[in-house]
Amino acid sequence: MGAVAWKDLAVERRTKANFNAVVFFAALTMLLFGFALGADTEALKAASGGVLWLTVLFSGVLVFNRSYQTELETGALEVLLMYPGERWSIFAGKFLANLAFVLLVEAVILPLAVVLYHMPLLNAPWSVLMIMLLGTIGFVTLGTFYAAMASRVRSREVLLPLLLFPMLVPVLIAAVQATSALLNGDAMGDSRTWVRLLVVFDLIFFVAALLAFEHVIEG
Amino acid sequence: MRVEAGEVIALVGRNGSGKSTLMRAISTALRPTRGTATVYGNDIRTDPGGVRELTAMIGHATGVYEDLTVTENLHFACRMAGESTDPKRLLEALERVGLAHEANERGRNLSAGQQRRIALARVFLRPVRLLLLDEPYTSFDDEGVARVNEALADLRRRGGAGIVITHDFERVRTAVDRTVRIDNGVLIDAHAGPPMKQDFPKKVGHG
Repeated sequence: MGAVAWKDLAVERRTKANFNAVVFFAALTMLLFGFALGADTEALKAASGGVLWLTVLFSGVLVFNRSYQTELETGALEVLLMYPGERWSIFAGKFLANLAFVLLVEAVILPLAVVLYHMPLLNAPWSVLMIMLLGTIGFVTLGTFYAAMASRVRSREVLLPLLLFPMLVPVLIAAVQATSALLNGDAMGDSRTWVRLLVVFDLIFFVAALLAFEHVIEG
Repeated sequence: MRVEAGEVIALVGRNGSGKSTLMRAISTALRPTRGTATVYGNDIRTDPGGVRELTAMIGHATGVYEDLTVTENLHFACRMAGESTDPKRLLEALERVGLAHEANERGRNLSAGQQRRIALARVFLRPVRLLLLDEPYTSFDDEGVARVNEALADLRRRGGAGIVITHDFERVRTAVDRTVRIDNGVLIDAHAGPPMKQDFPKKVGHG
């Protein structure tokens, strides 16, 4: 597990091309949402939670596709599958590397959301960061799993979002609702319910992905 | 079809006869739709993990990560296989395949033949008991061919078994004990003696 994560991060650190492209894409997406919403500060503030999560979703798809592209370039996936050991450890390693990657992207776009959307992050900074982490775990779990499923298909770039986005609806709703509630003061304590839901989703998705990975990665 | 411990065979047949498919099924890279095989008592269907512990395969693809250095590629392979990552071991493996001077080169700066040598070095770092080689001489010069055959000889000395797919009679004839011929996935002939030129199809390509 650690070996796969180390290898994926080492490859990424070496090239940096993917990270730069994903961050640029994320910043651009956030900017375009801003243009679409107009100049009304209150409207931007109200939409900031949703925009942040949609930006993470769109840019994350690029991360997941790239994660398996490296394995396909020189037939490394086949070699990877022939090492002794359990297949779930490959999933867990890729999950860790993708999680680190997406969290790094979020570290760049979160301040951008504060500047562009007047996001009131200081209302509950640690709680929002915790929601970001929980939502990202669910998102990366499903993204890593479905990217493995799509990796052997020629049109994988198109297939991945088609498979992934419908499955992400519960995570997206819970993450956006919890983030928005916290940013708006959370007077009714709504965020707690959404956090519980996020934790349950994360656990279910992660265990299911670990168990099913062996069957989707084999050719 | 049976391969004894301490024996290396050449698997031959026309293009599309199922040689590579058979090899990939034995290595557990491919799940067989019917039939089965055992590797030192481990069934490829019911105990693929046990088979992978004992088996290594060099197929058409090298599986080299082009953005990692040669040493990093071997380091990763050792960690995945649960073997020691002692730098001395890695260097010894590189010396055995003639890549010691390229230890810090990135994979993408190497030629196809050098990338295949990394694949061979990965094999040297594991105590495998079954070695599967699919067209192992592709992209290799004479020195590379000698190192592949050396790996097979070493395997035989250790009591391991090997299966080699090749159309290259001249290069493989001294490295294998006998020839098994298949067609359309069916075993049609198995010689008891050393390989003979007429067993090898004239047309060169992948099976």
